[in-house]
Amino acid sequence: MTTQTDQRPPVDKRPPPLSGLELARWVWRQLTSMRVALILLFLLAVAAIPGSVIPQTDVNPLQVRDFRARNPTLSEWYDRLGMFDVFSAPWFAAIYLALMVSLIGCILPRSWQHWKAIRAQPPKAPRRLSRMPAYRQVEVDAAPDEVLAVARAELRSRRYRLRRAGTEGEADSVAGEVGHLRETGNLIFHLSVVVVLLAVALGGLFSYRATVLVTEGSGFSNQVIQFDSFSAGALFDTTDLPPFSMDVESFQMEFVDSGAQLGQADNYEASVTVVPEPGAEPESHTIRVNEPLDIDGTSVHILNPGYAPAFTIRSPDQTVLAEGPVPFLPEDGNFTSSGVVKVEVPPELGEDIGLQGYFLPTAEVDQNGPRSVFPGARNPAVYLTAYHGDLGLDDGQPQSVYRLDTSAMEQYVRADGEPFRAELTVGETIQLPDGNYITFDGYVTWVNLQIGRNSGREIALIGAVTAVIGLMGSLYVRRRRAWVRASVGAEGRTVVEVAGLHRTEGSGADRLTDEIGAVTDGLLLRLNGAEGERES
Amino acid sequence: MDLDAVAEWSRYVVSLSVFVYLGAWLAFCAEAGLRSRIRRLLEATAAVDTPATELVGVSAGAGSGSAGGGVSDDADPAAGAPESLLERAERTGRNGRSLLVLATVVLAAGVTMRGIGTSRAPWGNMYEFSITGALVASLVFLVLARTVVGRAVAVWAVLLIFVTLGLAVTLLYVPPGPLVPALRSYWLVVHVGAAVVAFGLFTVSAVVSGLQIVSERAAAQGRTTGFGAALPESSTLDRLSYRLTAVAFPIWTFGPLILGAVWAEVSWGRYWGWDPKEVWALITWLAYAAYLHARATAGWKGSKASIVSLVGYATVLFSYFGVNIFFNGLHSYGGL
Ligand code: HEM
Repeated sequence: MTTQTDQRPPVDKRPPPLSGLELARWVWRQLTSMRVALILLFLLAVAAIPGSVIPQTDVNPLQVRDFRARNPTLSEWYDRLGMFDVFSAPWFAAIYLALMVSLIGCILPRSWQHWKAIRAQPPKAPRRLSRMPAYRQVEVDAAPDEVLAVARAELRSRRYRLRRAGTEGEADSVAGEVGHLRETGNLIFHLSVVVVLLAVALGGLFSYRATVLVTEGSGFSNQVIQFDSFSAGALFDTTDLPPFSMDVESFQMEFVDSGAQLGQADNYEASVTVVPEPGAEPESHTIRVNEPLDIDGTSVHILNPGYAPAFTIRSPDQTVLAEGPVPFLPEDGNFTSSGVVKVEVPPELGEDIGLQGYFLPTAEVDQNGPRSVFPGARNPAVYLTAYHGDLGLDDGQPQSVYRLDTSAMEQYVRADGEPFRAELTVGETIQLPDGNYITFDGYVTWVNLQIGRNSGREIALIGAVTAVIGLMGSLYVRRRRAWVRASVGAEGRTVVEVAGLHRTEGSGADRLTDEIGAVTDGLLLRLNGAEGERES
Repeated sequence: MDLDAVAEWSRYVVSLSVFVYLGAWLAFCAEAGLRSRIRRLLEATAAVDTPATELVGVSAGAGSGSAGGGVSDDADPAAGAPESLLERAERTGRNGRSLLVLATVVLAAGVTMRGIGTSRAPWGNMYEFSITGALVASLVFLVLARTVVGRAVAVWAVLLIFVTLGLAVTLLYVPPGPLVPALRSYWLVVHVGAAVVAFGLFTVSAVVSGLQIVSERAAAQGRTTGFGAALPESSTLDRLSYRLTAVAFPIWTFGPLILGAVWAEVSWGRYWGWDPKEVWALITWLAYAAYLHARATAGWKGSKASIVSLVGYATVLFSYFGVNIFFNGLHSYGGL
């Protein structure tokens, strides 16, 4: 199949071997080329897609756990590819770092060129102005010099930068250019994008976020050991935590109680007292959804709420074994909440007791069993089963407070051999088969608070706003040139030619024509009205 | 309770507007048909009388003297067409525009009633977002429909509004009610408001891009009849689509992205958390940035650029519908 021409080794076409420096230069040129920038933009967009489709550890760890349980083999592959952490995966970082480099590599040379362009003289008038896309010609009585002086004034009033008088090619014409703001805006935009990316990336290193579940009437202090979850950037220092403490005096939940949105949350509101630092005066504040509390740059948000039923467990001789509210976790929109109560009993008084069950703020029993039909506490009730034995709290193994380890426990059994069950409304007491008493005292609410600091957010915001302003300059300013030439025509009158050229992609010729028309009209107006002119 | 009735009634007003849009659409269709008949007639005469068209085609400014004005080179394209036919096309176009105005007014009333009835900005769930987005698109078309080119675009765009509103009052309908606390914020007004406006503009731009592709193809194949040939010039559509995107892009940057981040910081305590909605807003932004680059710096024109624009619009649609339907993120209370 080879033809004559193909047989010649294509040596001439192949570039000579690259030295390290040349290779680097080649890579740099590629990286800063428009084509590669375009590819990188698309690539980043495509790379982000799996991050929205596949559950992400950072966003929702529970979903990831479920997904792993359901798709073990697929998950292995996902793990290898970093699919559960797309936005911190090396391949994702590689794309946006390449884009960053490309961006900076683009900005630097263009800034330099732009600097030179701004200081350069607008180019002199082309010989044949009539070739320009917008062109007008008129004849006037005024002398050419006067016309040119007036043209300078007219163009300057339209914010054109003019070619210095007396420069070469400037004897019979005026040259002006306007719209450098377009490129300025464009550079500001791209530079601001870099600022935003840096602010987000570096800010993340100093940021922290924690959650803590607080039941009404209790509190916490801003220390890592007090949090249920804590994550921070690599450069965060725990001694940076502002030393405040906070008590949740009350946490109110209101729900829509009629209509189509029945049961939808209407308002969550926490009344808190804050001690900004040890020994300081306590301050009262209110936190609502969308109204976080800011303490010294750290903000406290309401995440999600729930109920904590309160129990008292007594021994047969009325010794209190345990009492107080225990947070239960909501399982549906109506706050059907499940949870456990662990009662460690001193050996001399008997075995440990474990209660497992549901709290229903508005209990209703139908064929599917008891469930809550409204999230507000209109008819609170608990449904319990109970265990006795060893809770396993002493063996040093960390345990979930929401789950009962029943491996060393047995379910209480009634006299008739059926498992023991209890339904309690507020204030009711029931006796366990072994004689202990359980009282359902009532309930309080709890709220999961998020405590965190987003370092660099102000810089990111300023960068983003600057970016939009620069962008608007880049998109809406049109760069264009205009020339006016005045010469003595055949009839002894002055022939004035006005021409324009747009230097911006996508702007139609009509606007330029309009502008050149307006420049001409303005010129004539300045030359003392319409006196004696004749448009040809 | 009275307010609820107002909000409920808004549904019927919106439904009514759907029928007026149908009327506007029929009128625009009729106009497009008449105009392509005129064009065909003209071409038939031009084929017989070639020099005449050449005269029209002389470029302005080429001569040193008399053609310099460059004002009247826009010779009436329909010169020579039967007067009555031209007049009929004009009249039908005017009627269509009047109907479009009427439909927009009715829709605006419906949207306003929803807003008053719920005592908030009418874009708290997908139903409200759809009707308000359709209203924005409709207003853009009203501006465009002043020109023949705009009306040719509006034929297809009105159909889109028609479908959107139809879906809104049936499948997406949500009875009026208060918003969940997380949505009760001034940020909803500006953040989602800007998203609706950008959405409307992107929609129009996408329609124009689609038509541009068809028009370019028809021109390339030298077709003189049929739908493609009846469309405005490909380069006109190309520029129009670019301009619409150029308006929408900063709004998208500011509304969904920046204000979204600000609100997320207020509401959730972090300004960027890779929630699916955030990811897709970013993907959309990147896609349109690629479109602007393709046009402005890589010099892509015509259908090549239009395809990028349509890809961008596909991501807009997914940001809006897909994320609410398929994903279970923080934004899922969008209300479907
Ligand atoms: C995060 C990445 C980037 C984004 C979001 C972005 C976005 C934009 C936008 C929106 C425009 C305005 C388009 C217009 O003026 O019509 C633009 C213009 C431009 N961009 Fe980028 N860009 C990015 C990266 C880059 C890179 C890496 C380069 C260089 C290799 C680059 C070079 C340019 C140039 C030269 C223009 C000027 C277009 C004109 O002539 O007006 N951009 N960019």
